[in-house]
Amino acid sequence: MANGNGKVGLKERVSQAADHVRTSQVWSSIFRPGSPFRAGYTDSPRNRSYVIMNNVLYHLHPVKVKRHAVRLSYTLCLGGLSFFLFILLTITGIFLMFYYRPTSPQAYLDIQALATDVAFGQLVRNLHRWGAHLMVLTVFLHMARVFYHGAYKPPREFNWVVGIVLLVLTLLLSFTGYLLPWDQLALWAVTVGSNMGAYAPVIGDQVSFALIGGVQITPDTLLRWYVLHVLFLPFIIVIFMAVHFWRVRKDGGISGPL
Amino acid sequence: MAGLPEHLLRRSAEARAKAEGRDVEEVLAELKGEAPPAPKEPAAGPEPAPAPAAPAAGPGRDLDAESAATGVPVPLLQRAMEGRARREGKPVPAMAGAPASAPAATAPAAAPAAAAAPAAAPAIPDGVTTQRLLTVVKAGAIQQVKSSPQDKVSVWPHLLAIEFVALMVVTAGLIIFSVFVDAPLLEFANFNEQPNPSKAPWYFLGLQELLSYFDPQVAGVIIPTFGMIGLAIIPYVDKNPSVRPSDRKLAIMVFSFFVFASAVLTIYGSFFRGPGFNFSFPWVDGIFFDF
Repeated sequence: MANGNGKVGLKERVSQAADHVRTSQVWSSIFRPGSPFRAGYTDSPRNRSYVIMNNVLYHLHPVKVKRHAVRLSYTLCLGGLSFFLFILLTITGIFLMFYYRPTSPQAYLDIQALATDVAFGQLVRNLHRWGAHLMVLTVFLHMARVFYHGAYKPPREFNWVVGIVLLVLTLLLSFTGYLLPWDQLALWAVTVGSNMGAYAPVIGDQVSFALIGGVQITPDTLLRWYVLHVLFLPFIIVIFMAVHFWRVRKDGGISGPL
Repeated sequence: MAGLPEHLLRRSAEARAKAEGRDVEEVLAELKGEAPPAPKEPAAGPEPAPAPAAPAAGPGRDLDAESAATGVPVPLLQRAMEGRARREGKPVPAMAGAPASAPAATAPAAAPAAAAAPAAAPAIPDGVTTQRLLTVVKAGAIQQVKSSPQDKVSVWPHLLAIEFVALMVVTAGLIIFSVFVDAPLLEFANFNEQPNPSKAPWYFLGLQELLSYFDPQVAGVIIPTFGMIGLAIIPYVDKNPSVRPSDRKLAIMVFSFFVFASAVLTIYGSFFRGPGFNFSFPWVDGIFFDF
């Protein structure tokens, strides 16, 4: 199309370029058939199915769900938000790992430096901390929501148990992260918290010794909990999350209406 | 042949007629225990069985020989004979080896055949199961499982759009909150100076609150351990299959009690505990709590 000047307008050029990209081999190899980003996408029942079936999201969602399940008031998105917060915490956590050394006193100084020396350092640290507290809350609320809907009943009994494991792992992740700033708040909150565990009969002392790497919290504990926080516990929780999501699909999707 | 649908009989007759090279109507009549159609009567002459003549229904009828001649199994012939006898109001001929059902069959002779059938039943000894028919049923007839239609919507775009908006809202809220509220960072960790009060992270403050009332073994170990185990076994304890709140009053009450109790303890431990972990009003002595 030419405009009044007999020249090809900018709008047309852009649209032509976009068409060229969207029909290229690279583009169509990335976006599988049914993708809304693919050239020639039309909104049809068939394509709506393909969007999910040809997408990695097929691991999480079926092609169709019961109508009541999409109502916001049914799930309040709590499970999905917990998962999303986990991803957010992973991203911000990786960012923080670039600037953090789990030794004393470097740990504390590095946290201080986040506020002064690192671009967006304080913001990312805030996101990480508030996101973590929010995740504890959403996981707990998700559990309550599932209980009040009776969604733990057969065939979903085992997935409820997996969910309880995820709740415990979430608390442990939060608790191990609590020590890392290595300030007075971290040190003494963790001291109080882990002293409670030390009262466990028979194994209490051994568990406590293994967890904090000694009879009391020392800089060695910092390294130990750092590894637990950034590597071990995320590894375990991802496995349980995979089972959890898989069982949601296999146990019949989201639970029925009340 | 009481209880057999006509089309099954016909299918069976067609198959046999094809196999034996006979007329379908003839076989069908034989199966039903009726006389073959009139035009075929002469053709059936050599064999005495299907002939409507009186001697055929006589007591001396040799079913084994008939069976051998026609290929029709003896029980079928016998049942055909009984049926015909009932219709005609005659006593069922006695046969070698077959228990006499004659006395029973004579009385309800005027009744329809269907009513007469149970009358002949006592001929089968108690506790013996008899098989009526073995037939081939096409798969389509027995595999018509219709899933009941459900009200469903496509995940794309309905659910994904909602999820996307939810993620955006939470992310935006979190970023805005993080811009204005900084994560706490107190002084450098000092092993020689314990702050007063020292509090655990907020999600453990309910337990720390319990420490004020119970022995550490109870508050720090037994209650949380049994709490988690108790949560995990809920599905195996609660056998009530209903998900309607009105059917689950006890379960909801018990669960809500524990949720409420832990919320109260957590809030109490967070905001109403001052120096020495003693009771204090947050609006009088200030808040001794850090996130």
